[in-house]
Amino acid sequence: MAMDGVAAAVETPAAARTAVAEARKATAGRTRLIDLQNQGEPWLWLLGGALALGIVMIAAFLLLVFWNGIVTFWPRPIEVVRLVDGGLVAGEPTRSQEFRPGPELLATLSPEQRQAIARDGGVAERTLFRTGNFDLYGDDFRWVSAFERAETTRPRDMVLVERQEWGVFVGTVRSFTRNGQTVTVTSPSDPALAEAHRAARARWAEIRRIERGEIGTVNHYLEKERLALRRVQLENPDGGPRVEEAMRRFSEREAELQRRYETLAAEAEALRRGHEADQITLADVNGRTKTQPLGTVVRIIPSNDLSLMGKLGVYLSRWAEFVSDEPREANTEGGILPAIFGTVAMTLLLVIVVTPFGVITALYLHEYAKQGRLVSIVRISVNNLAGVPSIVYGVFGLGFFAYIVGGSIDQLFFPERLPSPTYGTGGLLWASLTLALLTVPVVIVATEEALAAVPRSMREGSLACGASKWQTIRNIVLPRAMPGIMTGIILAMARGAGEVAPLMLVGVVKLAPELPIDGFFPFIHLERSFMHLGFHIYDVGFQSRNSEAGKPMVFVTTLLLIGLIFTMNLSAILVRNRLKRRFAGAQF
Amino acid sequence: MPETDVVERPRGDTFPDTVYHLKSAGGPCAVEISDFNLWYGGTAQALWNINMSIERGLVTALIGPSGCGKSTLLRCLNRMNDLIDGIRIEGRIAIDGSDIYASGADVIAIRKRMGMVFQKPNPFPMSIYENVAYPLRVDGIRDKALIDLTVEQSLRGAALWDEAKDRLNESALGLSGGQQQRLCIARAIAGSPEVLLMDEPCSALDPIATAKIEELIDELRGQFTIVIVTHNMQQAGRVSDNTAFMYLGRLIEYGETSTVFTRPLAQRTQDYITGRFG
Repeated sequence: MAMDGVAAAVETPAAARTAVAEARKATAGRTRLIDLQNQGEPWLWLLGGALALGIVMIAAFLLLVFWNGIVTFWPRPIEVVRLVDGGLVAGEPTRSQEFRPGPELLATLSPEQRQAIARDGGVAERTLFRTGNFDLYGDDFRWVSAFERAETTRPRDMVLVERQEWGVFVGTVRSFTRNGQTVTVTSPSDPALAEAHRAARARWAEIRRIERGEIGTVNHYLEKERLALRRVQLENPDGGPRVEEAMRRFSEREAELQRRYETLAAEAEALRRGHEADQITLADVNGRTKTQPLGTVVRIIPSNDLSLMGKLGVYLSRWAEFVSDEPREANTEGGILPAIFGTVAMTLLLVIVVTPFGVITALYLHEYAKQGRLVSIVRISVNNLAGVPSIVYGVFGLGFFAYIVGGSIDQLFFPERLPSPTYGTGGLLWASLTLALLTVPVVIVATEEALAAVPRSMREGSLACGASKWQTIRNIVLPRAMPGIMTGIILAMARGAGEVAPLMLVGVVKLAPELPIDGFFPFIHLERSFMHLGFHIYDVGFQSRNSEAGKPMVFVTTLLLIGLIFTMNLSAILVRNRLKRRFAGAQF
Repeated sequence: MPETDVVERPRGDTFPDTVYHLKSAGGPCAVEISDFNLWYGGTAQALWNINMSIERGLVTALIGPSGCGKSTLLRCLNRMNDLIDGIRIEGRIAIDGSDIYASGADVIAIRKRMGMVFQKPNPFPMSIYENVAYPLRVDGIRDKALIDLTVEQSLRGAALWDEAKDRLNESALGLSGGQQQRLCIARAIAGSPEVLLMDEPCSALDPIATAKIEELIDELRGQFTIVIVTHNMQQAGRVSDNTAFMYLGRLIEYGETSTVFTRPLAQRTQDYITGRFG
């Protein structure tokens, strides 16, 4: 129908309706055979597809971390490879890959080997063996190419020995000494060996308890006395009766503590002699032997001779050590209890600091401040703070909290310890404050939104009862906004627990086996530096001497960190849902 | 007071003086509004020169078409309009002779003398008991026996006691809409106010719940001075003693309810009552 024809027809409302109906029929007839519009909603597909892609990526990431983290501690078999040239290599095969040998390598090979490689298109397979024995070989891992192998076996007497130092040992147990008698070991599951090992470990733990715990306590008191004396000296620079009194007291106490120290040191020395006397002799696959105190052996695992229950036992005992012990071997082995503790303590402290700050700020901004240009600027600034790179917060935290605030605290309260800083350096408190600063915008924004969502009728109802503004906020508005505020806190917590960069400047260290909580007054030592799971991942994965050894630990630690954040968030969400349920029937 | 013909119908924007023919309760009036003007945002005038006295112990209804300012006037009585930015007020509202808009007037004390019930039931997300006890709690009253007594009396006064006495500690949000509104009335009277302000209390309720509330208003007559805003003219006719008809921010006619509804003295009132506009 021509345009003027339409125009001519539109004279009465009825005619106009007919014309529209005609025009719509005409467009309907123009539908193509394959028309996206008719098959569904293309935009919906796009949006749904994007969501699906995001979920798949997250799920794949979590699965990767989960799987790698779960299998790390499972004992693997030890393979002994006889090489073509007659040498022997023993170790746990960790991974295999294909590679293309270069001309230099090919030149060293025999014609048969070259032919075999050529048959496979110039590609060969190789396997990375965790050979251990760093003290003998100077390396933990070794690549073995398929064409080098003559024979692969799994001898039942091969053991994996986890040690306090030098990493694992792969080989056989030759003999051990106990009470001056040398016992030759025939089988790695010899009960006499297990018994001797248990006794040696118990003794080693006792030595550690005396040296760390009891002698540590004596040293702590000695240091305290020294500081007390120094304090008196600082207060009376010209000397006098008080200084003399203090010095007399100090020498008395010092002598007493010295006596205690000597008793303990003698005790430890006796144990140490026993520790050094009981040795274990290990032999690698080529017959090179290594003799070391039996007490420094953590576990002896007969990997090729384990039942399923035995493997499960090793697996669980490794997990138990991981979550309850200190790290050893430059963090690549042992446990990560201090890091778990540091992460949890820092996150809790962060929440304790950030919640009142964020909520009070948001309350003022939303309820009390006169809405105008100034408040808008403040609000925009707060939102922009969330976009500042976190390392900048670290620099600020170090400069302001640690050096200025902490330095002043040291001068005022701990002058006797100077020049060594107490609060004037990075520590748990400053790290938490820095992260609180970093996450406070999240809490402010969430709280403001939650306050805005409280129905006006609620506030009016309370005010009409004669409640003051503050009473209304406390009794009606805050409880109602609590789920929203909790959401903000959960977000802040997740952000803070996963942050690493600023912490490197304000108190996280590679190794701090001393927990921030101990038996000495004031029991919670917020000035101490601490370990953190996020930093631990960075350190083990990228800063250790052997990244191959650290790789499994990276996955396990990541798994643990994700699990930890998940647990903390889950508990916060449960609290929030309990709060929400109170308002479930509300109709406004 | 002219009892003869309807006042001549005004033309255009000219409004004649308010017509008064009040039913008086005797004694001093509860609220005295004089020469009251109100502007929103500095320019839009919402109330024009309102003069009215609300009789003590009676039920006064405010009626009029949407946007005529009746809710605004009601919310001025307990200074609820203070919450709105950019409001400007002229004139005087006096309760027992004291001006509530005088500088230095204690807003909280004023609100304690004026209970308020809102259009939609707005119980707090607490137990039924705590809802009713709320006005006492904010006053800092700790006497458990007194609070118990007040809660019971208020719930009885709001005709909710029989339904609620076994579930006092359950959430108020579990009540039905009508029960919630009666709970709000109980809350309003728990603070023993002098005046009860009701802002279209039945507009969100079904007819049965509405009937209950109306019955309740009838019972509360005499105990409190009640000011009720309503859209429903039958309701105004049923429950009120005096009716004020407002139109475009002006008070057109203010008088005894039976007269306003049967023989209104102003032409505009008659037009509204008979359904010619509004």
